[in-house]
Amino acid sequence: MKINIETVEHVANLARLYLSEEEKAEMANTLSSILDYMDKLNELDTTDVPPTAHIIPLKNVFREDVVKESLPREEVLKNAPEKERGFFKVPRIIED
Amino acid sequence: MDLNRLTIHEAHELLSKREISSVELTKAVLHRIEEVEEKVRAYLTVDEDRAIEMSKKVDEEGDFSSPLSGIPVAIKDNICTRDLKTTCASRILANFVPPYDATVSERLKAKKAVIIGKTNMDEFAMGSSTENSAFFATRNPWDVDRVPGGSSGGSAAAVAADECIYALGSDTGGSIRQPASYCGVVGLKPTYGRVSRYGLVAYASSLDQIGPLTKDVTDCALVLNAIAGWDERDSTSANLPVPDFTKSLVEDVKGMKMGLPKEYLGEGVEPEVKEAILSAARVFEKLGASVEEISLPHTEYALWAYYIIAPAEASSNLARYDGIRYGVRAKDYEDLLDLYKKTRSEGFGREVKRRIMLGTYALSSGYYDAYYLKAMKVRTLVKADFDRAFEKYDLIIAPTAPTPAFKLGEKTGDPLKMYMSDVCTIPVNMAGLPAISIPCGFSGGLPIGLQIIGKPFDEATVLRAAYTFERATDFNSRKPAL
Repeated sequence: MKINIETVEHVANLARLYLSEEEKAEMANTLSSILDYMDKLNELDTTDVPPTAHIIPLKNVFREDVVKESLPREEVLKNAPEKERGFFKVPRIIED
Repeated sequence: MDLNRLTIHEAHELLSKREISSVELTKAVLHRIEEVEEKVRAYLTVDEDRAIEMSKKVDEEGDFSSPLSGIPVAIKDNICTRDLKTTCASRILANFVPPYDATVSERLKAKKAVIIGKTNMDEFAMGSSTENSAFFATRNPWDVDRVPGGSSGGSAAAVAADECIYALGSDTGGSIRQPASYCGVVGLKPTYGRVSRYGLVAYASSLDQIGPLTKDVTDCALVLNAIAGWDERDSTSANLPVPDFTKSLVEDVKGMKMGLPKEYLGEGVEPEVKEAILSAARVFEKLGASVEEISLPHTEYALWAYYIIAPAEASSNLARYDGIRYGVRAKDYEDLLDLYKKTRSEGFGREVKRRIMLGTYALSSGYYDAYYLKAMKVRTLVKADFDRAFEKYDLIIAPTAPTPAFKLGEKTGDPLKMYMSDVCTIPVNMAGLPAISIPCGFSGGLPIGLQIIGKPFDEATVLRAAYTFERATDFNSRKPAL
């Protein structure tokens, strides 16, 4: 599988990353060679094989929905890069 | 006596008899850190003041009923420790101070452990050499020009250099066992679900598992006793009874059936490593176990399926680093999207970006079936190989890594070569099995690790075989000259 620069740019956008021109070129190269190896998997016929997403046969682990104490607001906000009046601060996203 | 060289059980005995104090033990460890850390660089944070404070408290209370009481532990920096910086060796979390403890941190604290500091690692646990740390590389105590392995390289090096009494690491594709092997210490990856992942910074959630790195097998059982067990806060933790693992510390492998998969001794495995594993097999045979060659035919495919599944899960898990709620935020940005992109581009290192890209690609529209779905199907086949083998055998023995520790810089330019160093450990994560690495030989003065793989939730048999081997050999008694 050959990955070109346009694909790298598309995937970088999906992943919310900016890449320098040098990084894009390197990424196209390494991803191509890694994906070449991945193509080895096609040697295996998996038509009737079910996928394993998870090793433990668990489905929807539920618990009672009870009100419990959460972390105090100040503790949670302690690590926020920007905060204001008890909220996380983000750039404006709604136009006036 | 250099107290920092003690194992947990040795230290516990002296503490219980009041022959030493926790403060003396903790100071001995801190002194050792001062002495060798410049060469080894195992720690990202040494929490000297609080460690001393905690050890004083334990001494004053004088309750040494817990085997971990008053004993210094080093914790990998992707495991949350309340009010103690937890960076994942990433610039994006360089200033992150968790407001809560991981379940394992909480459990160790409940046993009155003394947390000495946080250890270096490959950024977000993505790597096999600890060279991907955003801050600095850790060195192998046996040869400081070589890597300690990764991603729990700081934890393994700290144990090997006696800069702690024991450590915790995490293992997604070999990140406890491979560094344990390179540093000549004991490292256990428990069964997936045996230890709660709550508070472990997620890399690949279906593969990640926390486990101990220790100086011997007895210590490994003691630490597993403390951290194992169901946790409401991790829905994938297993609600199963936890045996007392110290009951496994018996010298007896008589009648045990072991399989030695031929795929693990093939091309790419260094002759000295192969020889060490074959002589380990002979040791087990002499002690009354039977060892037979077996085949796990999908072994080579496991590696490539892993490098789809792990990056896919990582690309989703690492989406949370957006510069809003925690971590470092980029300085100048035009709008929200620009903030996300700048923050992530400045905050993540090259290997992390590579895996996010790979995972995003594998999950993106049009490629999901070809890569991610295919990889999950191959995972089924890898697991079926093990299931079949365990119908007939109690344990599987194999090398932990195909070679001893490599030189710093040797593989940084070629990610594929780096990925290959986990070829013997990755299938075990894919199948969720427990496996230990213990020292079983040396090649040119560098340790070689024997991997013992068990049935799901049968850490007990793994530990029993490991303990028997340790007692029958003396590979464990050698220490690096630093």
